Amino acid sequence: MTAPSTTAMTYREACKQGIRDALLSEPRCFMMGEDIGRYGGCYAVSKGLLDEFGEVRIRDTPLSENGFTGIGIGAAMAGLRPIVEIMTINFSLLALDQIVNNAATIPHMSGGQFAVPLVIRMATGGGRRVAAQHSHSLEGWYAHVPGLRVLAPATVEDARFMLPAALKDPNPVLIFEHVMLYNVEATLDPGLREVDIDHARIRRPGTDVSLIAFGYGVTKALAAAELLAADGISAEVLDLRVLRPLDSETILASVRRTRRCVMVDEAWRSGSLAAEIGMRIAEEAFFELDAPPRRVCGAEVPMPYAPHLEDAALPQPEGIAAAARGLVRPA
Amino acid sequence: MGAFRMPALGADMESGTLVEWLIKPGDTVKSGDVVAVVETQKGAIEVECFEEGVVASLAIGQGETVPIGTLLAQIGAEAPEPTQPHAPPSPKPAQPQPAPPPAPAPAEPSRIRASPAARRLAAERNIPLATLRGTGIDGAITLADVAAAAAVPRRAAARGFDAVEMRRAIAAAMSCSKRDIPHYYLSETIDLTAALAWLEAFNAPRPPTERLLPAALLLKAAALALRNTPRLNGTFEDGEYRPSPGIHAGWAIALRGGGLVAPAIRDTDRRPLPELMAAIRDLVRRARGGGLRLSELTGGTVTVTSLGERGAESVTGIIYPPQVAIIGFGRVSVRPMVIGDAVAARPAVTASLAADHRVTDGHAGGLYLATVTRLLQTPEVL
Repeated sequence: MTAPSTTAMTYREACKQGIRDALLSEPRCFMMGEDIGRYGGCYAVSKGLLDEFGEVRIRDTPLSENGFTGIGIGAAMAGLRPIVEIMTINFSLLALDQIVNNAATIPHMSGGQFAVPLVIRMATGGGRRVAAQHSHSLEGWYAHVPGLRVLAPATVEDARFMLPAALKDPNPVLIFEHVMLYNVEATLDPGLREVDIDHARIRRPGTDVSLIAFGYGVTKALAAAELLAADGISAEVLDLRVLRPLDSETILASVRRTRRCVMVDEAWRSGSLAAEIGMRIAEEAFFELDAPPRRVCGAEVPMPYAPHLEDAALPQPEGIAAAARGLVRPA
Repeated sequence: MGAFRMPALGADMESGTLVEWLIKPGDTVKSGDVVAVVETQKGAIEVECFEEGVVASLAIGQGETVPIGTLLAQIGAEAPEPTQPHAPPSPKPAQPQPAPPPAPAPAEPSRIRASPAARRLAAERNIPLATLRGTGIDGAITLADVAAAAAVPRRAAARGFDAVEMRRAIAAAMSCSKRDIPHYYLSETIDLTAALAWLEAFNAPRPPTERLLPAALLLKAAALALRNTPRLNGTFEDGEYRPSPGIHAGWAIALRGGGLVAPAIRDTDRRPLPELMAAIRDLVRRARGGGLRLSELTGGTVTVTSLGERGAESVTGIIYPPQVAIIGFGRVSVRPMVIGDAVAARPAVTASLAADHRVTDGHAGGLYLATVTRLLQTPEVL
């Protein structure tokens, strides 16, 4: 199997090429997870990798998230560069003990004697009609934990290049791939070889209001910005990219320009990452604000299965635009 | 309590922009104080109030454009009463009264809805938030609201007349005059030998700043003559003539770069010549530099125009509505005049009258010009 000659690719393909890149360039790198080998991964990211790299480097695991995540941590401590795939963020709760109590703490507790150069990838988010046990957005919980770096690629470019950058980090890195993005296709800059995993990025500049989003929320914020543009409102769309550590500088700079902000977060509103960002803005940019920070979050319900209810429970471009409009042009 | 409202600064004015407040809540004002600058078609005008008391509140912010008659400020009779006004005696004193609703608390500065960014800019620029109206959420004052107000004083600093707007206003007023007022025109050439001789004698011992120009004599004569023909002094509005109790001649002043204004000199007929001369000088300076007042721009009961030494020989005026007459003086020049049996070279001026035929007839106008002529022959009594 070879890399496609064209630079247009899907987000799914970009994730796969990122993994291939790591496996090809780093002999200590291997991947493990549930159904990633013969089945090709529940979102088909690893399809074909077993044939290309063999069973030693593409390892199917039992349904035991805490167990194989712990194996990944141990392997990383022992000098390997494991990529652990967890099917969905809901299932990752079974591995919380390993991630929070071990991966995040061992470099600290060992006084720096042990590094944990582990990457854990998992699918997150709603919209796939897979109900309340496969659709939530819990990235904010992980972004709460010191010792972890938490990434949310929202573009094909980031899906392609965040993983190699994450493997270079001596500390554990979590990558959250949004389920609605896997089929998105984009053309990659053929000259691009890497991306940073430190900074947020402005995806659309604007002057009247900052829409702060991550993952699939960026797509929705961009759609909302289009709706707002039709009303003559210039919305800036900021893609967080890195959920921990948060790039406060870029966030605050954007809000200082626009003086208004709407946080978009699929997660439940209470205690959400949106809450943390809003509070940072209140703390650091209070005197720059021309309107209170607003949030458009997921409804505080277990994700409904019925399509119309699931859509209603998730942030949508119309709702984001309405929130922004309410700040810029109050009735 | 007195309500200070957007004044009408001209017959065709529908709205005005409050460009600058010169008072703030808590200030004490008396009748005649200049309290605000209002921009109209004719330019930025200083507006006086006719209330006495303490400014209770400002109802609109700087930069806002509102229709005439809109409340601009509340001016209290006294210092604001902290308690409720005394209620009239209750007709049923036996019946227990429910507790009166609490009087609305005076708005504290801290209670004004303003965004943090707006508050900071307002503090930096020393702009009282109470003078602003908010356009943000729930009427909150936003940064843009403060920035707009902050930009106003810079505009007001270049106070004066907008040439385009003034041309529009003149066009409207003159079209209205020519359309609605049936003018009749009279003129008379007046021998100024005696007047100029008196003037020369008067000026000789005085420094240039105290000397009189012929214009002051002409103005005084025109004003005094109106006492004999009062129907030329007044207004015609809504089909009705209203005489004016005082003679407040609007003195036409040409502005550099085009346009003209005719600010009024109150009680023109009663002022001594040196005072009239000073008033003319002051008005010319302020008209050209900006800074005319509302009462001056709207208080004229008649207009006098003098073309001066570089002007034409005579003028046929157009009445400034709703006035009913305009008196014009051409250039003072030496002309051949018949004196007795001989033709002599005499300094002379052509005085003209354009008057509203709805109010007076040519006979009254002729008597008026005759009075002006007579008065100018005895300048010492002017």
